[in-house]
Amino acid sequence: MPIKSYLVHAAPGHKEIVRNSLLKQMGCDVFPAENEDVLVLVTDTQSKQDELVLESKLAEIPNIQNMVLVAGFVDEKSKK
Amino acid sequence: MLERGVSRREFLKKLAAISAMSAAATVIPGIIFAHEQISKYDTQGISWQKTPCRFCGVGCGLLVGIENKKAVAVKGDPNSSVNKGLCCVKGYHSVMALYGKDRLTKPLVRKNGKLVETSMEEALELVASKMKQTIKDHGKDAVSIYGSGQWTIPDGYVASKLFKGLIGTNNVEANARLCMASAVTGFLTSFGLDEPMGCYEDIDHANVFILWGNNMAEMHPVLFSRMLDQRLKRKAKIIDFATRTTRTSKAADKSILFKPQTDLAVANAIAYEIIRNGWVHESFVNKHTTFKKGITNLGYGIEDGYKFKDDEQPISFNEYKKFLADYTPEKVEALSGVSAKDIRYLASLFGDPNKKIMSFWCMGMNQHTRGTWINNLVYNLHLLVGKISTPGNSPFSLTGQPSACGTVREVGTLTHKLPYGVVMKEGARQKAAEIWDVPVENIDPKPSFHTVEMFRAVDRGQIKFMWIQVTNPMVTMPNLVRYRNGLRKEDRFIVVSDVYPTPTTDEADVVLPSAMWIEREGMYGNSERRTQHFNQLIDPPGEAMSDTWQLIEVARKLGYEKWFPWGKEEHIEKIWAEYSRFHEGAKHGMAPYEVLKKQSGAMWPYFEGKSTKWRYNAKYDPAAEGDDFDFYGKPDHKAVIFARPYEAPPEIPDSEYPFWLNTGRVLEHWHTGSMTRRIKVLHQAVPNSYVELHPDDAKKMGISNGDEVKITSKRASINMPASINERGIPTRGQVFVPFFDEDYLINDLTLDAYCPISKQPDYKKCAVKIEKV
Repeated sequence: MPIKSYLVHAAPGHKEIVRNSLLKQMGCDVFPAENEDVLVLVTDTQSKQDELVLESKLAEIPNIQNMVLVAGFVDEKSKK
Repeated sequence: MLERGVSRREFLKKLAAISAMSAAATVIPGIIFAHEQISKYDTQGISWQKTPCRFCGVGCGLLVGIENKKAVAVKGDPNSSVNKGLCCVKGYHSVMALYGKDRLTKPLVRKNGKLVETSMEEALELVASKMKQTIKDHGKDAVSIYGSGQWTIPDGYVASKLFKGLIGTNNVEANARLCMASAVTGFLTSFGLDEPMGCYEDIDHANVFILWGNNMAEMHPVLFSRMLDQRLKRKAKIIDFATRTTRTSKAADKSILFKPQTDLAVANAIAYEIIRNGWVHESFVNKHTTFKKGITNLGYGIEDGYKFKDDEQPISFNEYKKFLADYTPEKVEALSGVSAKDIRYLASLFGDPNKKIMSFWCMGMNQHTRGTWINNLVYNLHLLVGKISTPGNSPFSLTGQPSACGTVREVGTLTHKLPYGVVMKEGARQKAAEIWDVPVENIDPKPSFHTVEMFRAVDRGQIKFMWIQVTNPMVTMPNLVRYRNGLRKEDRFIVVSDVYPTPTTDEADVVLPSAMWIEREGMYGNSERRTQHFNQLIDPPGEAMSDTWQLIEVARKLGYEKWFPWGKEEHIEKIWAEYSRFHEGAKHGMAPYEVLKKQSGAMWPYFEGKSTKWRYNAKYDPAAEGDDFDFYGKPDHKAVIFARPYEAPPEIPDSEYPFWLNTGRVLEHWHTGSMTRRIKVLHQAVPNSYVELHPDDAKKMGISNGDEVKITSKRASINMPASINERGIPTRGQVFVPFFDEDYLINDLTLDAYCPISKQPDYKKCAVKIEKV
């Protein structure tokens, strides 16, 4: 159910590597900035448990300096 | 499915992406995302409407996305000079607070001990008839209203007019007494007029930010981000001066920890060093300040009916200098735990003529049994070196609620206040009587009960009827057990207007469902004297009604139709026009309604079409006379430098209760959590309260992270999970508990001692013992 968006700060010069690593994860949309080592990540998971699994996988991705949660939504209609 | 054929899930993903891109643009100016990415996330069909944020006193401008009569998205308003498009995590999720599953949508009336649904008409009729009967049986001072810094300006205004002007009682108080009364009395005693002289733009000019017991990274995150930005751009320095290590300490350039209450002594030691080093701005001090002292050993208001009146006496500069001799850095080091070296460093920041300096504070200084004094002492420092009322030189008291300034301080919803002036002054009463069109005799010249004393009066039985709007005192009052029992007494009648069930609605005889924030039209006034208007953007649920309109309906049922003649469509505009008459002129003029409708706020004094950014400086302030500074709030046009000593707090840890208890807030939750705990993302981030311990104390007692511990004060006990080395780290011998969680009522333990001048309670210091369960 949860949909969240993050600002992902990649290590300098590692934006593409981080982008590819994020795209390998299920339920991740990635929008890299053109002129900064920053990416917008939108995660879309089906359950709280899936979300926790995804979060732990994201935490293992190297070259991410910082990830900041910006917005979060729970799609109640989908839940039903 | 949405009308455009886009699934709701896809739609939410778009909003999430847009929110993150908007946040990126504000954190990293100039950041570019590819056009096709942005257009893919086009939000055509959504109407974006401006409003100030519902939560803290910063007053961020938001754009709320409305679709199909629902608020579906939020982004920061790039046109708002407050936040320049940025939002904090609460702001981004603010609209979700509108849609909690248990919103109050029907009025409830207690019958046979249970709250049962009724109609709005019946509920309002009952409220009016109970008020009438109570006044008839027990007199006008047996009824009261307790509002909030979350009241919109029209809410507070009609409450004041009804209770003070028509019923004739000064039993009007608001929860802002609990959060910023010391700031008010600090301003009044030092400058003669309330509210900061500067504005948020000072952040863009200052070289140094000193945060006095103020965890801005969590409590005022958008302003903290603006400071971090200035550090990046201009190498501005952030000094965190606090009793506990927080996220602010970790982000600051320097963290200085002091023992509770000793900020008074440290501020005096800084003044001592400023004078000793010859850093006093003599021409400024000679021309624009006077020196005074007041009564000392004031007590703490713990006993019912406590009274205090200060007696300010002039002193000379030399007497002030002599007074400071007790505050050498070495002496103060022994008391405060702050090294003499750090005290000298702080003094050097004030003394350096090339540095512009801002002081920020909020609850750390205000919730203090000597809250007025510590406010005075920080002003002293700025006045001694002449760093005030110019861009970047600004002592700045922050507020915690969206309209603590706008509604409580400016409208004057406190027992001693009127929209202009105080009830004790004949001129102020006459002005109110004229604008309200009531006999001047209606307005009682004697203040009645400040907040703590008002709840004591309920407990004692002097007050029989209390109407509580937009606040949750059954979580926030100190020494809560007494006041909860007071509300439960047999012949008390309690009305609560709110948006969700709370521990306060649990005690009510009538619960009125309120329209929340953008479900009605209104205005808030933020910390920088900025008034911000918001339109009604969506319909309130069920029978929910704005607090303004609830008050008007009851006033009419009491027979006061003539004084509340406005129609629903126009009442906010009409109320604003009437209220603005109180503040006409260069010193406090308010922006016209049409200006507020159009732009993202205006700062008072709003005079001849312009906001005033810096008061008391003739260069910027149309009310200031002369060629430089004019502290026109005082009859002699001079600000006051006060000799205020260190005095110990009323309850100090001892062998039986060896820990200080400090309470406060967390980033994700706003005040008592009644709204933010209903936003899943925020609730999940911090699902429950906890007690922070220093790791050494925890180790000594064999307490591990998550263990259940029992906290006991002289008033009550509570069991809660321990938090060690997590978000904040208290100093040894201190514990910290956030108060947002109604399942852990920490205020059962706190002490209802208050600053004798401001009557604001101290939530930061009482003695407790800790046991592993």
